[in-house]
Amino acid sequence: MDTAKLELLRGTLDVLILKALVWGPLHGYAVTNFIRRQSDDALLVEEGTLYPALWRLENKKLLEAEWGLSENNRKAKFYRLTPEGRRRLRHEAKVWEAYAVAVGKVLAATQLPMPEEIR
Amino acid sequence: MTRLPLWRRYARLFGPDPGADVRDELRFHLEAKTEDLINQGWHPEAAREEAERQFGDLRTVRRIGRQMGEKAERRKRLADHWTDLLQDVRYTFRTLGRDPGFAAVSILILALAIGANTAVFSVVNTLLLRPLPFPNAHELAWIAPPPSACGQSCATYSSDAYEEFRAQSRSYRDVTGYFAFSTPDNVRLTGRGEPEPATSIDVIGNFFDVLGVHPALGRLFTPEESRGTQPVALLSNAYWRREFSADSAIVGKAIELNGTPVTVVGVLPASFDFGAVFSPGAKVDLFTPLNLDVARDWGNIVTLLGRLKPGVTVTQALDDANRISQNIYQRVTHPETLGVYKGALIPILLKDYVVGKLRRSLVALWFAVGAILLIACVNLSNLLLGRAAARAKEFAIRGALGASRGRILRQLLMESLVLSLAGAVFGLGLALSLIAWLAHQGSLALPLLNSLRIDAQALGWTVLIAVVTALIFGLLPGLRTVSGNLQAVLKDTGAGLGRKHERVRTALVVSEVALACVLLVSAGLLLRSFLKVLDVDLGFQPDRAASIKVDYDDRAPSDDASIAKRSAIFQQVLARVGALPGVEAVGMADYLPLGPNREWDTPVPQGKVFPPGELPDPLVYVITPGFIRAMGIRFHGRDFTWADGPRSERVVLINASAGRVYWPGEDAVGKVLMRGKEQDHVVGVVDDVHEENVEGGAGSQIYYPATQQGPAGAQLVVRSSLPPAALASTVLQTLRELNPNQPAAEFRPIRSIVDRAVSPRRFFMLLVAAFAALGLVLATLGIYGVISYGVTRQRPEIGIRMALGATTGDVQRQVLATTLRLACAGMFLGTLVALVVAKVIASLLFATSPWDLPTYLGMVVALLLVAAVSGYIPARRASAINPTEALRSN
Repeated sequence: MDTAKLELLRGTLDVLILKALVWGPLHGYAVTNFIRRQSDDALLVEEGTLYPALWRLENKKLLEAEWGLSENNRKAKFYRLTPEGRRRLRHEAKVWEAYAVAVGKVLAATQLPMPEEIR
Repeated sequence: MTRLPLWRRYARLFGPDPGADVRDELRFHLEAKTEDLINQGWHPEAAREEAERQFGDLRTVRRIGRQMGEKAERRKRLADHWTDLLQDVRYTFRTLGRDPGFAAVSILILALAIGANTAVFSVVNTLLLRPLPFPNAHELAWIAPPPSACGQSCATYSSDAYEEFRAQSRSYRDVTGYFAFSTPDNVRLTGRGEPEPATSIDVIGNFFDVLGVHPALGRLFTPEESRGTQPVALLSNAYWRREFSADSAIVGKAIELNGTPVTVVGVLPASFDFGAVFSPGAKVDLFTPLNLDVARDWGNIVTLLGRLKPGVTVTQALDDANRISQNIYQRVTHPETLGVYKGALIPILLKDYVVGKLRRSLVALWFAVGAILLIACVNLSNLLLGRAAARAKEFAIRGALGASRGRILRQLLMESLVLSLAGAVFGLGLALSLIAWLAHQGSLALPLLNSLRIDAQALGWTVLIAVVTALIFGLLPGLRTVSGNLQAVLKDTGAGLGRKHERVRTALVVSEVALACVLLVSAGLLLRSFLKVLDVDLGFQPDRAASIKVDYDDRAPSDDASIAKRSAIFQQVLARVGALPGVEAVGMADYLPLGPNREWDTPVPQGKVFPPGELPDPLVYVITPGFIRAMGIRFHGRDFTWADGPRSERVVLINASAGRVYWPGEDAVGKVLMRGKEQDHVVGVVDDVHEENVEGGAGSQIYYPATQQGPAGAQLVVRSSLPPAALASTVLQTLRELNPNQPAAEFRPIRSIVDRAVSPRRFFMLLVAAFAALGLVLATLGIYGVISYGVTRQRPEIGIRMALGATTGDVQRQVLATTLRLACAGMFLGTLVALVVAKVIASLLFATSPWDLPTYLGMVVALLLVAAVSGYIPARRASAINPTEALRSN
């Protein structure tokens, strides 16, 4: 399987962004790098979707933005989690884990369940 | 992340720029990416291209970003506005709370002004602006001849004329009418204990269909019932509730009217009030179908109204009526009556008929109440200016702390708005009680009062004037406050600003006095007119006399027997009532002055020839001996006596106007009037009596004795030294003893009939007078405020003058002189305006010139007095200033 082309499920990107900001403010470019590295290059976030997602989260007050200086002294827009964003992340992470477990269980099935159990 | 150093934050110095934000953010991304690629060994050019390739559609993302940013920015700005607004409101409440006296006075002034405006708007809206309470009321037309001197008989039509007009007219969907000669309490509700009087009106069968009134219960009249096959009646809603306790099973039951069973076929809706539309101040209880066949030989009896076909204008209907009026007979069997209605079938919109006469008065009232609002605005402006001077430092500090002028102005306007809205709330309460009171003034002869209420439109109007008022009275003080030099204010003691404000305040007070002056003159002129109306010689003495409707039964096999029976009854009634203690004179007539009336025919003086159309159709009254004296009508010649019987010589009384037409320059007594072959000997001439209204003149009148002609009823008139209330029960008891069927009719003072006739004028006069009084009070407040403030400001100056030897008298005189100068300037301006206004309202006046000197003098005296009082208090205060203290405190 071509891991570089792994597409993000709808809604997933928001959680990943929130997660990326757990340790402190980051600019957009750092967020892409975080997701790419953390997924061992499996998840490639397109910038064309990343920035609108960031702005959307900012409008929803899950993130707040501030202009600051990057590592090499350039002016960059940094995003930071709001308390609301932090709450949302916790919630979404739980949902995701439950979802993944459920999907995993179904995919791990080895035989058809007994007919009466279906009913 | 490192925080952006302060010096690099200049970029958004001129406000947020979402587009630039997006550009900067994405540029950083691309640069960071390119750098990384270069570090991985890419050639700089290629690295740049690769970064952009990886990014994808840069332009779309930018556009999305800019749009999202702008949206967020807008939302933020709106939120800021709300926060500011809330802050302003909180601040306003705090400041007003600190000065409750100011707030209370302002709200009181505004409540009075706005309340009066709301109430008057409701009246104007009900009477002028809203359509009549019928479906498609704009199609309803009233059909009547031009006004004439012969009363209702000349304003009505015969049965034949109605039918011909209805058949030939092409402008109307349908035409209807009602019997115009019903009097109040013309029937008795019997069969339920004591007979009770009720008012019934005969209407043409299709009356309610044409008006579009649907019965609340039961049905309307059928065509058969209109031809009188069986006695039926419709009940008015109020009567049904009052007399039959809203019995829902009443339909189909029979009630007894004058001893005859009548079937109730339906109950009309509460929204229909005949009196409110067609006869203001009167209540109608029952409706019975008018049998046109029976009434065919009665001459002119019905008033006409029609529903125009959609799209047909009144002008078209008039052309149509003029075309056919020449083909209409009064009585088809009398060919000589062809064309008597030529040019006499003139339609006007029903609405114009009902309220047309009131339009000018109402508009005048609206202006008067608008003037009150204006005075209130000026007053409030003045109060606010006074406060602004005191608060100049507060605003200067706020300005110095960074509040923009716009922000401070908004704050000041917010204060005005809060005051104004609070005033509107209280004013609405005031208007509600006023309107509730007005709607129940049954004795007030104004139409449509029953539908008077504060509705959504009146509420909207209230809010509108509250906001506009706030803007008017808040803007000037607000602008003056923020336009000052803040620094100067902070350094100054406030005296300079005070002086500047004072000029404006003086101008305001002068205009306020001028407005009050205009109101006073208008009210004075209306009051003078009203007094003149009360002074009118009505031709009879309304005081100390009262009337009651008497029931009698003169049915007999022959006319002569009927007359004999009636004479006996009347003679007995008059003898018994006349013998009651305190009674000075008694008499009976079928119609009383200022009520309904009728004419019969055209008498011709014996031996004289007049060109056709020259002779009047006099109004006819059928009276008993004694009536002339009981009414207090002056006469010469002799009164009727009981000896004037059916067999003796025919006698009549005529009024002076008729005498002047028939025998100009001669005494009519002893002359003979011919009615066909009948000779009527004029035995006396009575003074002209105002038959239709107090303000109009009198036409020809003729009086017949009830012993020779058939009266249409009997109104007993009792002249007594006792008050009517004390006499009422004895009179009724006496009548009951003679006739157990006598209903408990009202014993009405004749004065109340006159009062009712002048009630619209009294109503308008009282309202305008109340507004004028209010205007005067407000003007007083305004004068007092300015003078009082001036004294406070000039304390040191006065102190110096007193130290230099000015006496308390000098000081008082000076303050009073300032006050009077203000008042005189206002009066001069006001008189100029009042002269114009008086000319405009001249048509509302009665026997009063718009340049009535006593009115203007009265205004001048009233204003000078008021000015003197409002100047005297500050003058006293000024003269009590202790020079040493005044000088030291500065």
